[in-house]
Amino acid sequence: MTDLRTPLSRARGRGAAGHGAAHWVAERVSAVALIPLTLWMVYAALSISAAGYAEAVAFVSHPVNAVLILLVLIVSGWHMHAGAQVVVEDYFHRTLGRSALLLLNLFVTVLVTALAVFSVLKVALGGAL
Amino acid sequence: MTTPVRERPLSPHLQVWRWHLTMLTSILHRATGLALYAGAILVAGWALALGAGPDAYPAYMDLLASPLGRLVLVGLTLSLFYHLANGVRHLFWDAGLGLSVITSTQSGIIAMAFSVVATIIVWAIGLGQGGPQ
Repeated sequence: MTDLRTPLSRARGRGAAGHGAAHWVAERVSAVALIPLTLWMVYAALSISAAGYAEAVAFVSHPVNAVLILLVLIVSGWHMHAGAQVVVEDYFHRTLGRSALLLLNLFVTVLVTALAVFSVLKVALGGAL
Repeated sequence: MTTPVRERPLSPHLQVWRWHLTMLTSILHRATGLALYAGAILVAGWALALGAGPDAYPAYMDLLASPLGRLVLVGLTLSLFYHLANGVRHLFWDAGLGLSVITSTQSGIIAMAFSVVATIIVWAIGLGQGGPQ
């Protein structure tokens, strides 16, 4: 379908940038993945909630558990970044504050995910023993 | 920066509407999503404590087992199950299903009831084991 608006008209009227769909789809894809992953996470949390350090290390060191924990961390990190981004975009309209919050959201989610992923890998690969 | 030719239309905001259940479920979805953002930081803290070794780990678990820690964890469990159930509801809507007023109200009640029941079950199992040590 031909768009009769010129690029300048679109920019002046603040028309759609045209790449919102990918973000929307990615948020849904991560949501679908998180249904089984979070249910497994609840099981994992119950498994180690009453356990001590050694049992927790043994749990995390199991290859299947380690991979599932990493998937929970990475996919939920992605999902919470996408979700919080939409919240910021909905409620903050001034360019500076909005940009600062969007950057903060990106940095916090990436930092938190990276710290957790590194720690799990360290434990799972034997560094903590 | 140029002024836009015309202001973009905004959808009517909260004060225009009579309170109804689907509005509550929508607000709760955002609120629980943001709560889980904080929860993810707590989970990362758990991973860091485990990686830090046998001294740090029990200290972190004691923190989670404190009255305030448990209160936060119960809230996060509730938030997780609510966001999960209501997220499934959103996925059905995205597929074009369950959008009628009656169905969406019913599914909202189911999502809220599920989150309460699932939270009670998980904590009954957890406390039955002796809870976070």
